[in-house]
Amino acid sequence: MIYGLLFFEFFKIGLFALGGGLVTVPFLFDLTTRYSWFTSEQLVNMIAVAESSPGPIGVNMATYAGFKVAGISGALTATTGLVFPSVVIIIIIAALLDKFKQTTFFQNLMFTIRPAVIALILNAGVELGKLALNGIEAIAFCAIFWGAIHFFKLHPILYMILGGILGIALKL
Amino acid sequence: MSILWNLFATFFKIGMFTFGGGYAMIPLLQAELVGKKKWTTDEEIMDYYSIGQCTPGIIAVNVATFIGYKIKGIVGAVTATVGIVAPSVIIIIALANIINIYMENQYVAHAFAGIRIVVIALIVDVIIGMWKKAVGSVLQGCIFVVSLLGLIWLGVSPVAVVLTAAVIGLAVRR
Repeated sequence: MIYGLLFFEFFKIGLFALGGGLVTVPFLFDLTTRYSWFTSEQLVNMIAVAESSPGPIGVNMATYAGFKVAGISGALTATTGLVFPSVVIIIIIAALLDKFKQTTFFQNLMFTIRPAVIALILNAGVELGKLALNGIEAIAFCAIFWGAIHFFKLHPILYMILGGILGIALKL
Repeated sequence: MSILWNLFATFFKIGMFTFGGGYAMIPLLQAELVGKKKWTTDEEIMDYYSIGQCTPGIIAVNVATFIGYKIKGIVGAVTATVGIVAPSVIIIIALANIINIYMENQYVAHAFAGIRIVVIALIVDVIIGMWKKAVGSVLQGCIFVVSLLGLIWLGVSPVAVVLTAAVIGLAVRR
């Protein structure tokens, strides 16, 4: 029974949380008022954890809540519930896209959408910058890294590992 | 290496190093899927993000599902999705009981401060790389500027930005 409930509640979040990222937070907060799966304080901690662990916050929260309620199988149930609706929807859209992507209609649509996507990517960078670029030292660090990324073109993961090591060494 | 295992392993790797939300994943998608595997293109990544932004669910998962489907149909879509989600599931289960200790660890905090700064530099480089493919005309330049102003200063939702750009596309170019 608890598995059904976990699946159902996270399925609803997966279906109605439009836009990703922190939009799942109000839905998760709503869960704290109806169930004792996790407290609102744990939710706040989890938002902080999401900044210091990989992966989407919605997935992290579903896993955490499911694990607290019913162990590893609970974690898997809640996470499956969360991603299930979007996987079905995207598969349907992807199948349609196969037919339409060569049409002038689709190409015209994407002609004006792509510059908006660049703005979205830059906006994500700005949001992250508000959190991370908290002083002249951080900004200089970022500029030096950009130079290294742009001119050496190594794998992003290498730069991230290096950034983590330097973060510890320089106490950023 | 079978294609499904390859899909799973690739998205597992991407999921493990995605810090800072769905858009922060783009440098990894570019390096792994456009550069190394040639499974997709910069243009397609932009298209998947615009659709993933306007459909329910987590954007990083939506994009993984899209690319998985392109490579190997429904089975591929599910495989890529499981791959991208698996690292977070494993890490959170491992950390669930020690989350407070983990959060208060100074080394973790410093490491992630460093990683976040690198992610910003990676995002800047992605934008420079994609710029020519997305902004090649006055109309596209205007859409970029107006979208950015709306997002940063007016707090317009990303969904509204994509839909507005779509309407302009349909109105101006027939």
